Formats: sequence, C-alpha cells, structure tokens
Amino acid sequence: MTALLEAEGLVRRYTMRRGLLGRQVELRAVDGVSLRLERGETLGLVGESGCGKSTTGRLVLGLEAPDEGTVRFDGAPVPPVGSAAWRAQRARMQMVFQDPLGALDRRLTIGTQIAEPFEIHGMAGAQDRVAGLLRDVGLREDFAARYPHELSGGQRQRAVLARALATDPALLVCDEPISALDVSVQAQVMNLLIDLQAERRLTMLFISHDLRAVRQVSHRVAVMYLGRIVEEGEPDAVLRDPAHPYAQALVSAIPHPGRTARRQVLQGDPPNPAARPPGCAFHPRCPMAVGLCRSVVPELKPRASDGRRVACHVAQGEAMGEAA
Amino acid sequence: MDDPLVRISGLRVAFDGVPVLRGVDLAVGAGEAVGVVGESGCGKSVTWLAALGLLPGKARVTGSVVLDGQELLGAPMPVLDRVRGGQIAMIFQDPASSLNPVHRIGRQVGEALRLHRGMDGAAARAETRRLLDQVGIPDAGNRMDAYPHELSGGQNQRVMIAMALAGRPRLLVADEPTTALDVTIQAQILDLLATLRAETGMALVLISHDLGVVAETCDRVAVMYAGLVIEEVSSARLFDAPAHPYTQGLLSALPPLDGLPRQHLAAIPGSVPEPRALPPGCAFGPRCPRHASLCDEQVPPLVDVAPGQRAACRILGADVPPAFGLAAA
Amino acid sequence: MLRFIAGRLLRAALTIVMVVTFAFVVLRLSGDPALLILSVDAPPEAVAAFREAWGLDRPLWVQYFSYFGAILQGDLGQSMRDGRDAIDLVAERIPATLALTLPALALKVGIGIPAGVYAALHRNSATDRVVMVMAVAGFAVPSFVLGLLLVLVFAVQLGWLPSGGQDSWRHAILPVITLGIGGAAVLARFTRSAMLEVLGQPYIRTASAKGVPWRAVVRGHALPNAAIPTVTIVGFMVGSLIAGAVVVESVFSWPGVGRLLVVAVSNRDLAVVQCVLLLVAATMVTSNFIVDLLYGVLDPRLRTARGGGKG
Repeated sequence: MTALLEAEGLVRRYTMRRGLLGRQVELRAVDGVSLRLERGETLGLVGESGCGKSTTGRLVLGLEAPDEGTVRFDGAPVPPVGSAAWRAQRARMQMVFQDPLGALDRRLTIGTQIAEPFEIHGMAGAQDRVAGLLRDVGLREDFAARYPHELSGGQRQRAVLARALATDPALLVCDEPISALDVSVQAQVMNLLIDLQAERRLTMLFISHDLRAVRQVSHRVAVMYLGRIVEEGEPDAVLRDPAHPYAQALVSAIPHPGRTARRQVLQGDPPNPAARPPGCAFHPRCPMAVGLCRSVVPELKPRASDGRRVACHVAQGEAMGEAA
Repeated sequence: MDDPLVRISGLRVAFDGVPVLRGVDLAVGAGEAVGVVGESGCGKSVTWLAALGLLPGKARVTGSVVLDGQELLGAPMPVLDRVRGGQIAMIFQDPASSLNPVHRIGRQVGEALRLHRGMDGAAARAETRRLLDQVGIPDAGNRMDAYPHELSGGQNQRVMIAMALAGRPRLLVADEPTTALDVTIQAQILDLLATLRAETGMALVLISHDLGVVAETCDRVAVMYAGLVIEEVSSARLFDAPAHPYTQGLLSALPPLDGLPRQHLAAIPGSVPEPRALPPGCAFGPRCPRHASLCDEQVPPLVDVAPGQRAACRILGADVPPAFGLAAA
Repeated sequence: MLRFIAGRLLRAALTIVMVVTFAFVVLRLSGDPALLILSVDAPPEAVAAFREAWGLDRPLWVQYFSYFGAILQGDLGQSMRDGRDAIDLVAERIPATLALTLPALALKVGIGIPAGVYAALHRNSATDRVVMVMAVAGFAVPSFVLGLLLVLVFAVQLGWLPSGGQDSWRHAILPVITLGIGGAAVLARFTRSAMLEVLGQPYIRTASAKGVPWRAVVRGHALPNAAIPTVTIVGFMVGSLIAGAVVVESVFSWPGVGRLLVVAVSNRDLAVVQCVLLLVAATMVTSNFIVDLLYGVLDPRLRTARGGGKG
C-alpha cells in the first residue's frame, strides 16, 4: 500500500526586499524537503520560527505551489491549486491553525460553520452530523448555536477541529494548534488529537516548536532547520539520544525541573533564511563543525549504527580524521 | 521571611469594577529568585505592574507594596521614578516592541544611566558598552548605534536586560521574558539571567506560564489562579509534592519526556473563569476533582502545608490523594 | 538612495502628466472657449478667427500634443482673455494666496497638534471631550458655511472686521481663521489618535518602568513616534498651500490663485486653468516627496536595513 502523502524534494523560494530601498534577495523558505506519511500516522514537524515548517505544511496541502518537487496524495499528484480536482481533493485534507479565532467567521454560529460542507454537497441530516461532530470534539451540542466570541480559546480550537472533520478528511495538517492556548487547555486539545487520530485513523502532520507536545501526539518526528529536515526518527529515540547537534540543542533547551547538568546552550541567533551559510546551514552555531561542514551540504540519510535518519557529517562519521 | 526586600500584602486591582487581583500576598527576599506561575488572566503580570504603578489610570489599586520599609502604593511620582529602574527594574515579554523603535539602543540604555547614576557623555557611553558586553551583545561598541529593528528578538531582549541592569536594581522583574523567543534563544536568556543574578546579587522575579522554566531558574515558586496566590512552594518541592489541586493539574498537563508515548494527559477540565463571573468560594472549585460543598463557602486562605510550603485549599492533608495524576514528575 | 529618488521623480512626472491630461480632457469636453469668451451671439466669423488663432480648430489630439510640446519647452501658453502669459497671471496671484494659506497653516499646526496631544494625554477628561466635539464640528462644517457665519457675526453684526477684499491685514483675519479651523480640527483628531496609539505601545511602559518621568516619556518617547503618522497630514496641508483656498478666496473675494482658477474655469481659459493645475500638482508632488524623505528621518525602520541609513 502506498503512503497517504509523499512529498519529494520540495523547494519554496520567496523574493523579498531588504529594507525600503534595498535589493531583492531570494529566500529559500523550504529547501529540499521530502516527507512520507503513512496512513493513520502522525508526523511531528518541529523547529524554530523561520525554519520552514509552516511553509512545508502549506506545500503538502497544495495551498502553495512548490517551486521544485512533487507532492503525491493517495498515490496521485496533487492537482493545481484552484482547479476543480484540487477542490474535490481539499475536502480530504484539512488544516488547523494556531489562532482559532482568526480561523472562524465571527458572524456565523459554530453550527453553521461546521455544517457548511454538508450544505455545499447537499448532504442530508446536517443537524445530526453537526451534533455528532461537536460531541466528537468534546463540546456540548448546544454550542452549535453559539458565536466564536462566546467560546473560550480551547473551545474555539475544538470547534475548528469539528469543522475540519466535517468533510471526513484523511489528512489533517495542524500548524501550532496548541501554542496559543493556556497550559491546562493544551493538554485537553492534545488528548483530543490523540483520540481523533486513533478513532478515525487520521493521518496527521503536527507542526510545533514544542518537542514535548510533538512527543505527546506523534509517531515520528522530523526536526527542521533553515528549510531542511536535519533529523528524523521515533520521538523517544530522538529525545533520548538526538543525533544532530541542532536536535541535541533543542532537546537540551526543554525546561527541565530539577535539572542538575548544565544545559547545552546554543550560541548565536536563529539564522536568516535570506543569508544561508554554505555547506551545512547549521555550522556557524554548531559546536562540532569541522571543515567539511563549511563546504558540503550533508544529506539526510540513515545512520549506519541504528538507521536513524540524520543530515550531519559528524553524526554520520563522515568527518572522521578531521580535528573537530 | 522577617525582613524581605519587597513585601506585597493584600494587593487588589480592579478594572472598571471587575476584580483582577483579589488580595495577593507575596514577599521577595534580597537576592532571592521567585517564580510566579499561572495561566493567562491569573494576575501574575498585573501584580508587578501594580506594584510599580505602571497600570493605566482606570485601574483601582489597593493594598500595600513595601520596598525596604517604604510604601510604594500611592507614593509621589518622583519617588516612584527613582524606584523604577533604580531599585526594581522590569523587562517584558515582547522585546521588539518594548524598545522604542526610533531611538538607538545605546541611547535607550544611556537614558537609564543618566536617570539613576547621573552618567553622561563619554562615561555613559563607556558604561553602556560595558553593559551590552555583559549581556552578551557581540560587537557592543558598534551595536550601540543600531536601532531595535536591526537586532534579532533575542538580542533585543539582551538590550532590555542591559537597560534594566543600568540602574543597578536590587530586584529584576522579568515578565515572560522568553515567551516570544525561540526555544534555543529562550535557553540563552534564562542562562544569562541566572549568570547575572550570580554576578550582581540582585533578586529576580520570573513571571511565566511555564512551570519548567520557573522551577529551573527560581528558588521558590508562587502559583496564581484567578487573581490569588494559591500555592507557595520551594522549586524542589513543587514537582515532588505539590499541594494545591491546580498546581497538581498544571504539572500533570505537561507532556512527559519519558514513559509510554501518546497516553492521555491528566488534563484539567474546563477553562479559566472570567474575572467578572467568578464562582463562589474557591475559584478553582468547578474544575477541581476534589471539589466539595465546603469549598464554595469562602475563598480559602493560604495555610502552611509543610515547611516552606503554603496552599490555599480546604481539603489538604497527608491522606488526601493527588487530584490529578503526576505523570510529569 | 539614488534609485529611490529616481523612482520618486518618475512617479512625480507621471502624476503631473495625468493631471494635465485630465484637465485638458475635462475642459475640452465641457464647453467651447470661443463661445464663452466671445459670447454666444458673436458673429460666426469672429468665432472661427478666434478658434484659428488659438488652434482650437485642429484635431483634439494635435492640440494635446502641441500643448505638451510647449510645456516641455517651458511655454505654458497665454490666457485667451487678454493674451498675457498664463504663468505671469498665476505667479502674480501666488503671494496673495500664500498670505492666507501660510498663516492658516501656522494656525492648523499651532492649534491642532497641541490640542490633539493634550486630548490624548487627558483621555476621557472633560477637556478631551471639548476638544473632540470642537474637532468634529470644525471638521464637519464646510468652509464656505463657516466663512459666511464668521462674516455674519464679525463683519455684519459686530462690524469688527471687513467682510471681503484685500486692503489691509485686517482683511486677512476672517479668511485665515476660516481656513485654519477646519485643518486644525482634522489635525487635532489625527494627532490625538496617533498619540493614543503610541501611548498604548509597550515601549512607553518600558520607559516608565525604567524611571523616566512622565513628561520626559511623552516628550522623548511618545512624541517622536506619534510624529510619524502626523507628518502625512501636515504634508498634505503643505501641498495644498497654493490651491487650498479656492472656496475661501471666493467667499471673501480674495484675489488669489483660487479665485483666478474659478474665473478661468468658468471662462474655459485653458492655458490659465492648466497652469494652475500644473502648479497644484507640482506642489502636491513636492510635498509628498518631502514627506517621504521626512519619514526616513523620523523612522529608522524605513531606512535601509543596516549600513547606508545611519546618520
């Protein structure tokens, strides 16, 4: 059986102007990302702001067209944006954003918004379906009559999820779905995502900056840095023994009560996608970088020892013989 | 604490008649690091803005904030201006918008030097440079002529910290200083705050929604809910023996780093109550698994639970099982 | 920087071309200058001769291009009424207009900005409400109504000031006030909202938190930031120095550029109308350009990122 989603070599460039009078600079938001999502699997995509994780999410949904690379959904290429075929397929792929209030229409009741797809497709029993969806996301049925501003942040995100589920999608892309919520509510929404994923055999791309949250909901995690995936593996394996120095820094940065060992603090600022360093993009901040890292871009491939996929010359043992 | 640096007692704040703080008691000793934790709207930031008289005019503030024997609430403006930045400095969540966009960063740091240490001209410039160096701004000599928009978020937060240090304060209040920053930068800033505290001996109040961040940086933690401190506990005990059901709930809502993956978290049901529609008695009652009718009778006071631990809950004791599973501990 | 200036100049030239073209088309479509100037019952031969003399008998596009050609050579044409150079006619009216608009501008800025700042600093106070009610009133009452009201009260009823003409400085008082009040109202409202916006910014709280006394916070931190949007409005007012007094000049029979324009339009005196419009467009474009440069001075974010912009 083919994977539900296969993205191959995705590249997305933007041109931007530096300053009011500046020259145009090319910015590679996504620089050769390949992803594979098996049916019923959740992939966590983790990285810091500007690493291209959100752009990757929009590319796989076809909300943006890649400059290079292909996306195959259910074995077939994603049709061009805006075409009838794309719209038909969009019903099977849904997206959930960070800000639930911005995603909902303030003038319509929750019920109306959830029922929209049923009305478009002339499906019968819209009311019962809405009630069912509300129950599925843990909201009372009478929430159908409420407006977005009458709901709390967590309830709104539940409503957004109910709306996304209305078309019975196969793929759900969640872009920082919990980071705008209060800590106690984040846990509720993570529980809900785990349940929905299991009950509906949903395939999920869970985009987050929070490794804890990614571990909580994902089967697999991919760490992105400056438009590329630098490490990919099982969440627990990556958390216990991160292979890429950037992943090590991310793991080390997780606040840890009762920490005794001093954390490894990564020096320098997050890099500027418009001024990508040559070779491994991480090398200017990397404590282990060697000569090879400054010139040759490391490839994401399985490590010999345990098959962990990592894009690092040092972790792959390719930098042997050079003084670190 | 017999003689704390700052003692806040019975602090109440209301906006347009809606209570936001409902009688906060909190003391910070000299050189101590205290964390203040809670979810949005619990009043953790308002407490310190009120203490420094930084709330908008429509806020009604009552109670007492004593710094070194001097009452700050209702103190004349010149007194407050000397305290702000000179005794108690404050840094904020979003460093990019907390710095004035039209002034060079050197000038903004220099302004604090002029106000609190009477420095001007070359001396102020040299000291500004030293401060920027101290907070880890690379190439400080040139960077002091940069504008905030020319620096990254992490660097702007360093500038804010340099500006706070300029007045040699005895207490630095850091209001969610890392929330707007990336994970790796957050680690840098927390590291810097710890280092500076060791170097200068100033006290630190770290306001955060993140229990992990606070517990790692602070000696003692105050947990706030709906305008009240509901638990005060040493960081060490916070994770081992949290007493208040809300504290237990916050801890169990934190996804664990080990154990079986993708298990349900013991989430606190419901959401934070609106300040204008607080439940009677304990505000956490409706979300609390331990909730009993006596909880609705009155707002529970903070009582001693163990040495160095106080909690505001009517149902406490060694035989009371935890309200939420403590998976994260 | 050079690229920026070149771009602005190109845009300015384009604006002026469009203004001239627009005026040409509208005036040509709306009446025959020959009939208007010679009167409707003039003999057909005279009309034909007039048309030939002014080139009005040629195809429209020929007239258009020859007109442009002349402008490029610096010839703005002659008035069809008395044959004098249009530019001279306009130029001799400029001082009279400036005698009204410059003091009015001072009034707008001198009252509008302080009133707006004061209202913002004392938000929801009685003074704030009074300032805002006056600002709304000043903004809502058209200048001809205000002008006539002032004439009625101060000239007709009280007899303190003359109702029209241009014999002494006392004649300028009512038109200057009429012009100034509307602008001051606009500026007060705008300054107030710009100031309120800035006062709500986190960096204002930062300044207070580091112990800057409130007056210094307002002066050193709030005003420089509030100035950025306010400059746009002031720039617009500077741009209308030449032609912003059309209505008021008519009400007070003040012999400035505005009245010249009104007369020239009703006469279809093309060269004069176009000369005035060209002048208006040029002032507008220039003031916009200055505003853009000022933005750069006031707001470092608009300068080039890193290097170049320092200083």
